[in-house]
Amino acid sequence: MSSPPVAPPGWSRWLVPPAALSVHLSIGQAYAWSVFKPPLETALDLDGTQSALPFQLAIVMLGLSAAFGGTLVERKGPRWAMTVALVCFSSGFLISALGAGTRQYWLIVLGYGLVGGIGLGIGYISPVSTLIKWFPDRPGMATGIAIMGFGGGALIASPWSAQMLDSFGRDSDGIALAFLVHGLSYAAFMTLGVLLVRVPRTGRPAESGPSAFAGPRVSARGAVRTPQFWCLWVVLCMNVTAGIGILEKAAPMITDFFADGSAPVSASAAAGFVALLSAANMAGRIGWSSASDRIGRKNVFRVYLGAGALTYLLIALFGDASKPLFVLCALVILSFYGGGFATVPAYLKDLFGSYQVGAIHGRLLTAWSTAGVLGPLIVNRIADRQEAAGRHGSSLYGLSFGIMIGLLVVGFVANELVRPVHARHHVPAPREAADAQRQQPA
Amino acid sequence: MPSDSSPPSRRGLIALAWLWVAAPLAYGVYELVRKATQLFTG
Repeated sequence: MSSPPVAPPGWSRWLVPPAALSVHLSIGQAYAWSVFKPPLETALDLDGTQSALPFQLAIVMLGLSAAFGGTLVERKGPRWAMTVALVCFSSGFLISALGAGTRQYWLIVLGYGLVGGIGLGIGYISPVSTLIKWFPDRPGMATGIAIMGFGGGALIASPWSAQMLDSFGRDSDGIALAFLVHGLSYAAFMTLGVLLVRVPRTGRPAESGPSAFAGPRVSARGAVRTPQFWCLWVVLCMNVTAGIGILEKAAPMITDFFADGSAPVSASAAAGFVALLSAANMAGRIGWSSASDRIGRKNVFRVYLGAGALTYLLIALFGDASKPLFVLCALVILSFYGGGFATVPAYLKDLFGSYQVGAIHGRLLTAWSTAGVLGPLIVNRIADRQEAAGRHGSSLYGLSFGIMIGLLVVGFVANELVRPVHARHHVPAPREAADAQRQQPA
Repeated sequence: MPSDSSPPSRRGLIALAWLWVAAPLAYGVYELVRKATQLFTG
């Protein structure tokens, strides 16, 4: 496995999206970690903060391994990356099974958080570059399919894990058995990706449309030195922060907004609202990123950030007056949140080319880690302070919504500042470099 | 009819690969829809 697996003649590019999906649908399980929290707290006598630790460490490791492993993924190829993701993600569950079985919680933190988290990061970026090379005519749709899978992973894992715990029991032995089955099942499921993924032959024209290897060639190291990279970093960070602002407190938020009305929202209806948000998040990933292939990456981000700010304003002004309006606005914001994740790899490809787009994407994901801290911090802290000040209902969220609107405006401005990357940052193609070398006097 | 040198058809493999990922995703979407309807009935 020293060089990337090159597609044989006749290999269909439509085999690459399911390969990518098999990895992303698996690692998307991370967002269903909350299913394990209550049984772990009871079985191992943990508090809420302790039981959240494996997930938090996994997300930190996702960001770090995507940022620092991106160049290696580009060099070694997608099969190597998917194999690493498979081994790490599955081993994480197996180590956690040992930890639950022996009641050693640190093993669960180490397994799921540290080892599994590396699998998340490498797995997340593993198919991006390859998909863009196979679908140069529709990079938004191609990466949208894969990144939609990350959203879909939680949809599968959440009911599946819950049913498994119901069957095996919620004591430490039952949790250990559930972790074991997860590890083995995900290893089998991800194997499809490892076996199927292929890189297109260099210079091979796509089945239709432009060549996969045309356009700018900017290295990952060069990209982080451009203002375009940092503008996109701000764009992604602001867009994700705004989405998390809703996602983080969705259930209590809808309950608070209509607590004083004639028809308060029940706990099961609030759970239904959260599920609907997940659907909007997933639909936004494939829908908006596919649309970006037609309307352009910059325009679609104008929609996410500009229309997102206006939608937040609508909720802040009229959200408590109408339940359908509140739900509709929240769904729109969550579709923009998902769309941002899925469109950004294609935006990077437009600016920096497909040369090291996976590694550049990995570095950009640090914006996600930052937003993951920023979003919940803003919404939770402000809501707590407003509550302490004696406010209630929708007024708990007015200030944080105002901040979200401000952040989205900052993101909008950053998007407007994005210009094509100057040619001095481009890396010459191997043939051009060889030609230039030949032309040099001896 | 393909000649000896023509690349093999991958239709069966493509269908199998998509089914592999679509089946669990369909289960997840079904469970999601079941839960989401609680917003209107709960």
